[in-house]
Amino acid sequence: MATVLDFEAPIVEIEAQLDELRNLPGLNSDQMNKEISSLEDKLAKVRANIYKRLTPQQKVMVARHPDRPYTLDYIQNIFTDFTELHGDRLFREDPALVCGMAKLDGEPVMVIGHQKGRNTKENIHRNFGMVNPEGYRKSQRLFEMADMFKRPVITFVDTPGAYPGIGAEERGQAEAIARSLMVMAGLKVPMITVIAGEGGSGGALAIAMGNRIGMLEHSIYAVISPEGCASILWKDASYAGKAAEALKLTSKDLKELNIIDEIIEEPMGGAHRNHPATAAKVKDFIVRNLAELKTMTPEQLFEDRYQKFRNMGVFAE
Amino acid sequence: MGIRDFLRDKVQKVNTPDQQRKEIDEKLWLKCSGCGEINYHKEVTKALQTCPKCGKHFPITVREKIDIIIDPGTFQEIDENLKSLDPLKFKDSKKYPDRVKAAVKKTGMNDAFVSGIARINDRPVHIGGIEFGFLGGSMGSVVGEKIVRLVESAIEKNTHVITISCSGGARMQESILSLMQMAKTSAALVKLRQKGLGHISLLTDPTTGGVTASYAMLGDINIAEPGALICFAGPRVIEQTIRQTLPEGFQRSEFLLEHGMVDMVLHRQDWKSGISKVLEFFG
Ligand SMILES: [Zn+2]
Repeated sequence: MATVLDFEAPIVEIEAQLDELRNLPGLNSDQMNKEISSLEDKLAKVRANIYKRLTPQQKVMVARHPDRPYTLDYIQNIFTDFTELHGDRLFREDPALVCGMAKLDGEPVMVIGHQKGRNTKENIHRNFGMVNPEGYRKSQRLFEMADMFKRPVITFVDTPGAYPGIGAEERGQAEAIARSLMVMAGLKVPMITVIAGEGGSGGALAIAMGNRIGMLEHSIYAVISPEGCASILWKDASYAGKAAEALKLTSKDLKELNIIDEIIEEPMGGAHRNHPATAAKVKDFIVRNLAELKTMTPEQLFEDRYQKFRNMGVFAE
Repeated sequence: MGIRDFLRDKVQKVNTPDQQRKEIDEKLWLKCSGCGEINYHKEVTKALQTCPKCGKHFPITVREKIDIIIDPGTFQEIDENLKSLDPLKFKDSKKYPDRVKAAVKKTGMNDAFVSGIARINDRPVHIGGIEFGFLGGSMGSVVGEKIVRLVESAIEKNTHVITISCSGGARMQESILSLMQMAKTSAALVKLRQKGLGHISLLTDPTTGGVTASYAMLGDINIAEPGALICFAGPRVIEQTIRQTLPEGFQRSEFLLEHGMVDMVLHRQDWKSGISKVLEFFG
């Protein structure tokens, strides 16, 4: 059964009524069609009302929705000829980060993205989308390979954060993230980043230094999770709602702060309602921006990315 | 007679009321939080605020750290006027600007980073570091900008860069802007490298989170202060995740040396000579 978020209850209620009506036998079909179409109108209105007024905390829930499209869904809907590439050549393969060659309208590109699981078994395999150092070393290797063969890089961000574990620390999680930032900053090919779900701090940023950054409407992106922030600043994780507001983690906030270039609109009711429609919007964002970036020289692409991040920050002098 | 007995003897011989005696004790002697031994204050100061018995490093300010490394009187501060704003209008139990105001008053600094040009054995360098006393040394827009300007100035003047880190990580009150300082500082180091200039990163107790996971781990040479906590995820976060108590010494400098994350662990008394050797190699 599909997961229902608590604030979606009115939507689900009308949907159930609709289902019931549609399955009723032997009613006057004109009258029934009228009923149905009026309920459909109501449903659209209720859904729009709810989704246009999502609070930051509700957006956090939508961004974490277990039916939200993940990297492999985008790969399937946007690209062709995907060939997954594995391993960091140093320690092991990390399934929390999917990397591979693919074609975008026939053109070879490198695709890199966090991957969550749809169920417990998959999530254990994918470590809930939390990458270990070896995952980031795999993506560094493939960023560099894309650069060497002059292929654009497309990244999809959706992680609660880099994995905080004993092994991850022993193998240098901090170094792996830091080195990733340096590798991305040095790229001389176009790089496009899509914040697709949860943008969880350094673990998200480690694949998110695109020349252009698009963010799905109900995605979130912040320096710390609302729960983590609440437990540090409010000393109580149950203040996550307040923290979600304070952290300014919505796509609208990030557009205003000039961190992202574009908000990618989601189908009414959220990306989890319609994967192909969501992917079509994402593809449009990628294709448009890639065309623009391809007019730049390698040096311009490097400098464009450098200046983009160089100018992030707000201070007085 | 052991030093302990000797000191106890001395203490007992001071013939003053209890309270007064205690104050004099604290002025003259210091109990080490590492080994429990009692040291003369003078001796600890002479050892650059470390325990002469066990080598435990006590906290010092970033300016004291810089002074240990450079030739006396050669520090010329740059970018000292940069100040934090409150673009997110962040408020938890306190307003962010109020927290900043209190930190400015406490430290006499405008924000958590001090940077400048100095000389080490007469060789010009750019050097900067984080003051933990200023909001836990957290990296917000000002810290990030000052690091980038330090690197850019080094590129312009053709000198190597030394950074000294001491930080609880990102500055949550600047949320995404704070996160972006990781990208920004790391990118600046790419430009430094392209010019053939070096970065020496000195990691002191504690260096954690977004600071470790950006410029601080990106030294061409990484040097750690003995016994310092250096990590990405803090011990508490990991304990909550894995529901296990962490082993003794986990994420300390010596652990990082063993796991290949730092080039050396250097006692404060060896900072200047160690860094000088690296600078000589850099040329
Ligand atoms: Zn001691």
